[in-house]
Amino acid sequence: MATIELRQVAKKFGDVYAVKPLDLTIADGEFVVLLGPSGCGKTTTLRMISGLEATTSGRILIDGKDVTWKHPSERDIAFVFQLFALYPHMSVRQNIEFTLEAQNVSPAERTQRVGDVAKLLEIEHLLAQRPGGLSGGDRQRVTLARALVRRPAAFLMDEPLGALDADFRHTMRAEIKRLHLAQHATTVYVTHDQIEAMAMSDRIVVMSAAEVQQVGTPHEVYHDPANLFVARFIGSPGMNLAPGKMADGHLLLAGGHRYLIPAQWRGTLSQVAGGEVILGFRPEAATVSDGGSLAAEVYANDLHGAYAVLHLSLDGENPETVVHVRADRFAHYPIGQSVRFDLNPDMVRFFDPNSGRALRTQ
Amino acid sequence: MTAFPADSTGRQGQRQISDRAIKWIFITPTLILLILLNIFPLFYSLYLSFTDFSAITKDPPVWVGFANFGKLLNDPQMWKYFATTGRFAFLSVGLQTLIGFGMALILREKFNGSGIVTTLILIPMMLSPVVVGLFWKLIYNPSFGIFNYLLGYTSPVGAPDWLATGNLALWAVVITDVWMWSPFVMLLCLSGLNAIPDYLYEAAAIDRASSWFQFRRITLPQVMPLLLIAVLFRTIEAFKSFDLVMGMTGGGPGDATELVAVNLYRMAFQGQWRTGQASALAYIVLIVIIAISNVYIRNLNKIREG
Ligand SMILES: Nc1ncnc2c1ncn2[C@@H]1O[C@H](COP(=O)(O)OP(=O)(O)OP(=O)(O)O)[C@@H](O)[C@H]1O
Ligand SMILES: [Mg+2]
Repeated sequence: MATIELRQVAKKFGDVYAVKPLDLTIADGEFVVLLGPSGCGKTTTLRMISGLEATTSGRILIDGKDVTWKHPSERDIAFVFQLFALYPHMSVRQNIEFTLEAQNVSPAERTQRVGDVAKLLEIEHLLAQRPGGLSGGDRQRVTLARALVRRPAAFLMDEPLGALDADFRHTMRAEIKRLHLAQHATTVYVTHDQIEAMAMSDRIVVMSAAEVQQVGTPHEVYHDPANLFVARFIGSPGMNLAPGKMADGHLLLAGGHRYLIPAQWRGTLSQVAGGEVILGFRPEAATVSDGGSLAAEVYANDLHGAYAVLHLSLDGENPETVVHVRADRFAHYPIGQSVRFDLNPDMVRFFDPNSGRALRTQ
Repeated sequence: MTAFPADSTGRQGQRQISDRAIKWIFITPTLILLILLNIFPLFYSLYLSFTDFSAITKDPPVWVGFANFGKLLNDPQMWKYFATTGRFAFLSVGLQTLIGFGMALILREKFNGSGIVTTLILIPMMLSPVVVGLFWKLIYNPSFGIFNYLLGYTSPVGAPDWLATGNLALWAVVITDVWMWSPFVMLLCLSGLNAIPDYLYEAAAIDRASSWFQFRRITLPQVMPLLLIAVLFRTIEAFKSFDLVMGMTGGGPGDATELVAVNLYRMAFQGQWRTGQASALAYIVLIVIIAISNVYIRNLNKIREG
């Protein structure tokens, strides 16, 4: 097992940064997820760690040793590719065995180890088949088996569940997490699915446009987004963001609503030049109640099963002023009706509209 | 006259030929040529192989049953020609495979001008075998040919006369054939190599496989189907080899390069005009080629499946 350290690691294709200089230290046994929209540089980062892609600048250390210029085969790292890269001309057994054979592991031990992972991943009955005929889920298991059979210093996984259907993703997600807990292997896992990231990771690295936006635990990333991008990107729907202007202890929102700034924020907000801030809150930070201090009009109403999400417009029909709040699934909210709600003062956040950064209480 | 009737006659004119008719109009000339030049001779020569027909006499063919086949198969000289052909095929296809595959491995790496080099290498394949035979004759010429010079002989004295020396002549033909046809093997191998997806090599690098291990376990099995097709084509051609050898040695010296096809030509058209017997020989060659092809194709299918 190993630690992985990236120091100012960057990658340029031509003149364009695919990954801007990035610092990241991954502890031994940690499960880190790289999360971000398509094209933000997740795969490139992972490929640089693996050595499949040369870095443009910066240094990569695995277990404290500089491997920046080492060939992938010298890094003792297993890689699960975005598209299952199985050798089409070999049986499942040969696919799993390939790496052991390449490292001259004795046939007896090979059989033993292949048998062990096959049992672990429940693919014993597939060993004689060719990968071409397998279902997506089975292929994914074989790909994992190929990585696991090596007992490498670290695992790199590039959207290993991306091609599976939702139901199976769920199962495999749990399986990967269980495997991780059992083996306690350092893992860097790439996904653009935030639910996956939340469910599996010890820490999430949120990336966008070749840049790291925030590194934090799922809890931090969700509740204390570092900037507007993370606030919008994490959560479904994302954090509600309502621009406002400060006026005598209140925030003046669209539609003329006045929001009383919670006591713990007054000091911080009073120092904001110009007095313009963006109020952020999660749908579950709002409680619908007749005596609520804020009022809005029902714009739309989604039933999510266990609860309903109300789309409330602060300013009449203007869709740009819609915020989402969580509400009781049994209550009936016709479109156009006025609804009052309160915000939990511990769960509101504020952002600087110019830099996009989150403000912190002092 | 209004435009309307003109328009309608125009349309009628188009309708006079149906799609079906157009198909037939296009196909018929080819079909006639094919039947006259391929199908008919195929069956006519099969018939002739069972007769004593000779194309320069006026005698009608007389049925002789398997006499032609019996005579050919009992002729030790004929077995020798087959052996020579087999040796020629083995050496020339073997070398073409090695050299062609080797060149493909080199040209697979993209370097400055690799496109041009590939095109240049393909030129020999596009030349006419008779022309190739003629200028290689000059290259092998013991007094002014460049071949011996390149081997280090500075004077014709004591230098080998490749085409006139019994055990060298076959090699000379093999070398020429290899020069001409290795590019063909290279071309097929190159397309096979280029079709191997990069991710297999990336996966192998991650799997800590050495270059040699990657070559053995990924490259080779992946190009094998195309390599086998190249070998199959070349083997069939080698067994039919005629023009190159005819142009270079005419089967000589003695019968050192007398391939079956050369002998067949002699039997059918030079002096003897034994058309019936030559047809029988042609059929024997055909059967041999079909047999060999079958072995290859079976192997090919085995590789494809597992
Ligand atoms: N070999 C390459 N040559 C040029 N540009 C590249 C190359 N590989 C990636 N890029 C570019 O770098 C950027 C980051 O790509 P990358 O594959 O790392 O994104 P990603 O976050 O993995 O996206 P996805 O979720 O779609 O897999 C993209 O804009 C991509 O077009
Ligand atoms: Mg990717």
